[in-house]
Amino acid sequence: MAKKLVIEHLNAWFGAVQAIRDITIDIEENGVTAVIGPSGCGKTTFVRCLNRIHEVVDNAMVSGRVMLDGVDIYSKTSDPVLVRRRIGMVFQKPNPFPTMSIFENVAAGVKLNGVRRKDRIADTVERSLKSAALWEEVKDKLHKPATTLSGGQQQRLCIARTIAIEPEVVLMDEPASALDPISTARIEELIQQIKERYTIVIVTHNMQQAARVSDYTGFFLLGELIEFDRTSDIFTNPRDKRTEDYITGRFG
Amino acid sequence: MSSLSYLRRRAINGLMLVLSYGSALLGVAMLLLILLYTVGRGAAAINWDFFVRLPRPPGETGGGIANAIVGSFIVVGVASAMAIPVGIMAGIYLSEFGRGRFASVVRYFADVLNGIPSIVAGIVAYAIVVLPMHGFSAFSGGVALAILMLPIITRTSEELLKTVPGTIREAALALGIPQWKVTIFVVLRTALTGIITGVMLAVARVGGETAPLLFTAFNNSFLSLRLDQPISTMTVLIYNYASSPYRDWNEIAWGAAFVLIAIVLIVNVVSKLFTKTKYAL
Amino acid sequence: MKLVTGDRAIRFIATIFASVILALIVLIVYELLKGSVPSIHKFGLKFLVTSTWDPVSEHFGALPFVFGTIVSSVIALVIALPVSIGIAVFLSELAPRPVRPAVSLMVELLAAIPSIIYGLWGLFVMVPFLQMYVEPALGRYFGFLPLFSGAPIGVGMLAGGIILSIMIIPTIAAVSRDIFNTVPMLYKEAGFALGMTRWEVIEKIVFPHARSGLIGAVMLGFGRALGETMAVTMVIGNAPTIAASLFAPSYTIASVLANEFTEATTKLYLSSLIELALILFVISMLFNAVARLLVIRERTAK
Repeated sequence: MAKKLVIEHLNAWFGAVQAIRDITIDIEENGVTAVIGPSGCGKTTFVRCLNRIHEVVDNAMVSGRVMLDGVDIYSKTSDPVLVRRRIGMVFQKPNPFPTMSIFENVAAGVKLNGVRRKDRIADTVERSLKSAALWEEVKDKLHKPATTLSGGQQQRLCIARTIAIEPEVVLMDEPASALDPISTARIEELIQQIKERYTIVIVTHNMQQAARVSDYTGFFLLGELIEFDRTSDIFTNPRDKRTEDYITGRFG
Repeated sequence: MSSLSYLRRRAINGLMLVLSYGSALLGVAMLLLILLYTVGRGAAAINWDFFVRLPRPPGETGGGIANAIVGSFIVVGVASAMAIPVGIMAGIYLSEFGRGRFASVVRYFADVLNGIPSIVAGIVAYAIVVLPMHGFSAFSGGVALAILMLPIITRTSEELLKTVPGTIREAALALGIPQWKVTIFVVLRTALTGIITGVMLAVARVGGETAPLLFTAFNNSFLSLRLDQPISTMTVLIYNYASSPYRDWNEIAWGAAFVLIAIVLIVNVVSKLFTKTKYAL
Repeated sequence: MKLVTGDRAIRFIATIFASVILALIVLIVYELLKGSVPSIHKFGLKFLVTSTWDPVSEHFGALPFVFGTIVSSVIALVIALPVSIGIAVFLSELAPRPVRPAVSLMVELLAAIPSIIYGLWGLFVMVPFLQMYVEPALGRYFGFLPLFSGAPIGVGMLAGGIILSIMIIPTIAAVSRDIFNTVPMLYKEAGFALGMTRWEVIEKIVFPHARSGLIGAVMLGFGRALGETMAVTMVIGNAPTIAASLFAPSYTIASVLANEFTEATTKLYLSSLIELALILFVISMLFNAVARLLVIRERTAK
């Protein structure tokens, strides 16, 4: 398998506070990579650096390299807008655009990126909603406000919105942490379905979830990457004592 | 505290609370007193002719204030055309880009500008429009009102744009949408209902202004649609007719006051029911 | 960071439009100063202390107007302050939750009524009432004080002060209410736990906590009263006199501008009026600027 993202010596700060230190990691193409660790360990900051959304926060800084197909997304000539079109993101809390309908939410990315043709937009919306396993539930009320959906449906809508722009990588920041167990199961199922087409990086504080959905797992602690390996290895045979303590529930 | 007997403390407490309730009652009573009187006396002066006819000379019955109603809408329209786009853009600046010192200076002076006596706006409009154009005009009245409208719209827009959660901005940015499109098509759109009501409040507020129009829009007994000519407005008409010795004209002033208060209050109540905007002061 | 052209454009346009606000302040100051030059040149500082206002012989002095403006606003404040604080206390501490939005809305509507309507109501309803009942009664019982001497004519300083007070009550009440609402529940509960009565909690815990913001609210109301034009013009009597009696007619800066600006035929007359506007602008700016600082600090500190 090819390496989709190669991250080298990545550091990130909020003002004077360093959130992650010297992260070096490879993300495999068409695999699911999970990032686990206790809260405040920098796992969210880490994925937010991968699509250059970290830098939109005041005083936020990044150093190091993130190579997408061999090209550094932090190089001087790289445009964050183009980076984000190739690397999509699903956030912790469902955040549909509140004044837009279901249809408009999914169409927002393609429309605002310049696609004008109505039939193409409608096709994209239908395909994305089907991929996100939401089509059957919303096909009769596409023009209702997105906020009328349940939390789990809203999160699948956000996934549909993200894959509508056909990114190559999808970052998911604890996508199920605000959802009930049934909705969580549906999201996990969905990840399994779409992973052959996308490279997925998922942050989770739920180790069972990481074990269920991911091929690779990285364990973060206090802003550092402690261990990174195949998920099966990390959960059965961790090399680092701290990883073992965490996955066996001794802290965190 | 211990030197006061318990009973005395209780009595002071009771008295003060009664005074506080009394104040609230007084405030509400003042509102009702003014409203009901205006409605009662004004309604008597109103009929269909009142809206569609021009004023008659004193002594002749009938006639209306069509020229003033049209004039008010024209002057307020001119003011809105200038102040709304500038104000919303300035609000966007303060909320989306305004981080540094310049932004806090702008924000502060917008507040200060909001407190200038409205008659001063009239004098400025007189100096920059009436003098160079050699005459009173609907346009100069619009400029005077725009000066008063601008800071309100700026700060209202800023506050409402700031209520759009950061997660909405991030969601849009994460879709690879350029910043400027995020600002206009996502952030502005999300806050739009609120901004529209804020704008309506600002329009209602300047629509009730009189002082800045006295020596800008001036007055006109006839129906005028021209921006370069003096024009009649409801507020100036109320002032002139109220100060006139003719009883017929006084009653027309009450009728116009009724129309004005009805518009202003409907806009206020509707927008306050729809939004929680704080920036009305 | 590379910026797309659209990003630069919107940032640029927004910055330009934001600058309009600063430009406007500069423009106002410039125009008022420029217009005042002939008057400043002719009368100098004497303008502020002269009480003649004679367009025929072109002798102009600001004193009666400055007096009328400040005194009418002070009267307004004396009346409005206790009532506004009472309303604010009611809205933030006493009123049952379901009642608050309705009363708040009504107080805010009081602020939305146009000045001209207050003037109309003042002239046709309040002034006759003052003339028939209030002023004769005050004269009968307190007539020995210069403050309440003279004939009850209705229009005058008292009428101006009262109408202004009604107009600034909503401003002071709404800002005070917001400031009282920032006092943490924890502090109030501590007071109740010590056995304080409700009023004692308000007086000893809420008021001190809100002090600087309250001063700001009061200054904001005062600034508003200073610049208020139409309502005052219609009820204050419009005579440039300085009298001790509240029943005597008076004149404010804003009123003289409203009445005489279109009649000012000579350069010096017009210039004297603009200098009056400059004085009004400076005074109300000062109050506003300081008030905003105090209110902002109070609101952001908590």
